[in-house]
Amino acid sequence: MEKKKHRRDWLSPILRVGVWTAMVLTVATLVLIIAYILIMGVPHLKLSLFSPTYTSDNASMLPSILNTLWVILVSLGISVPLGIGCAIYLAEYTKRDSIVVRIIRMAAETLSGIPSIVYGLFGYLFFVAQLKWGYSLLAGSCTLSLMILPLIMRTTEEALLSVPDTFREASFGLGAGRLRTILRVVLPSAVPGILAGVILGIGRIVGETAALIYTAGTSTDTPHSLMDSGRTLSIHMYVLSGEGFHTNEAFATAVVLLITVLGINTLASVIAKALMKTTGEKS
Amino acid sequence: MKNKILELSMRILFFITACASVAAVILICVFLFSSSIPAISEVGLGNFLGGMKWAPNNQPAQFGIFPMIIGSIYVTVGAIIVGVPIGLLTALFMARFCPPKAYRVLKPLVELLAGIPSIVYGFFGMMVLVPFVRDVFGGNGNSVLTAALLLGIMILPTIIGVSEAALRAVPESYYEGALALGASHERSVFFTVFPAAKSGVLSAIVLGVGRALGETMAVIMVAGNQPWIPSSILQGVRTLTANIVIEMSYAADLHREMLIATGVVLFTLVLLLNLCFSALNRRKEG
Repeated sequence: MEKKKHRRDWLSPILRVGVWTAMVLTVATLVLIIAYILIMGVPHLKLSLFSPTYTSDNASMLPSILNTLWVILVSLGISVPLGIGCAIYLAEYTKRDSIVVRIIRMAAETLSGIPSIVYGLFGYLFFVAQLKWGYSLLAGSCTLSLMILPLIMRTTEEALLSVPDTFREASFGLGAGRLRTILRVVLPSAVPGILAGVILGIGRIVGETAALIYTAGTSTDTPHSLMDSGRTLSIHMYVLSGEGFHTNEAFATAVVLLITVLGINTLASVIAKALMKTTGEKS
Repeated sequence: MKNKILELSMRILFFITACASVAAVILICVFLFSSSIPAISEVGLGNFLGGMKWAPNNQPAQFGIFPMIIGSIYVTVGAIIVGVPIGLLTALFMARFCPPKAYRVLKPLVELLAGIPSIVYGFFGMMVLVPFVRDVFGGNGNSVLTAALLLGIMILPTIIGVSEAALRAVPESYYEGALALGASHERSVFFTVFPAAKSGVLSAIVLGVGRALGETMAVIMVAGNQPWIPSSILQGVRTLTANIVIEMSYAADLHREMLIATGVVLFTLVLLLNLCFSALNRRKEG
């Protein structure tokens, strides 16, 4: 009787096959994309692609790599202090359900949902046109710093909240004030979490295109200052792939982008794991 | 006394940084709306939202973005049809069927999928999916279908990540109860655990819709971008996001303001979506 019932259960095997198929499809897609880019791109990774200047014959990516580094530095320089300050205020100074907190949280949620092209439009209207910065690395960096602000805020706040209250109590018990407790006790213990957020932010900056086209521009020159226009690596790749006669160079750029982003992701998860280990030991 | 002043001033400083995000949202709204509302009223809201023809170079110019609204909806719905079933089943696998050893490999792989820049997805779509669709289904390959396939892949990590977390949050007793009543492992997972995670799964889909709606570069590279309503899924389509990026480089005056207005429409759609999302979350908490 029991066996018969079991045999009549035709649905379970189907469901089982369904989830396995979906998993295989997902992994196969990922492997296909990465393998395709690597196989097509690695043979075209020539040393000449890293020459210091861009010419129409040699679409060198070194200038755009340097631009990307500048954009990362400036964006983080703006968004990290703001994000950490905001997270400290939310996690250490306020009660969870006050109106101020709710407004700030709503704003952060809104920011994190805005599509990058809308950031690009805003950056164009505000930094490029209103502040008259023109297409410049600075305008692009400011736009991106707004874009990654909610990410930095959220990861920092989570890191701060995961610091056990006993740390704070011990610090207060020793006579330290609130500020001293935050700066000397809470913040240092939250550093790995904050770092993981910052690294994820770098990943988003490296991969961003739509928000930068009309703020940092697509100039191929090596910029001499932050007020000059310059293309980041992603924009470089977009322009190359649109032109049609630099497909090989586009593939090579894709390899560099992919490896950078994959490296960044791995670094972030390694740090997150290390964080889990240390907090595990503490508690 | 000195300490107190320092404490207070730092507190104020932290508060000011906390206001940065609020200020950013206000600035974005003010600038987008103030630079587009005069243009919208010049063209007329009905002609703008409901107009069937986008022809900025005609005399007189026509700025109807209805085809682009439809285009965005087509492409987003397509992405949902492609991405949601695969994403949800994968999430079920990760949460309930996966051997722990395999999980340690699979989880970082799915996170990698989220990390690939959209320009790389777009390039992959242009070089692989477009010829694939052209050869298998006909047409010239730059089509609604191609864009839907590519976006479906791109929203996978969002769907998988959020719904997996929701599935893991379902109390173990639900699953055990179903088992105890004689249901198989598969049936317990699909018919008790999965429904219990409904609201989390819904918010995963809403987030996926947001990502698909806002995606720009990848869509431009595979969708063909003709500004009219496609009559089949093998025809080209232009989304709201594509409209902005393609024409912004040479647009001037009213044309440029209408592109900003296109951005405002997109922004409003995303805000509405966010409202749905937070309403969902609130219900989950309550």
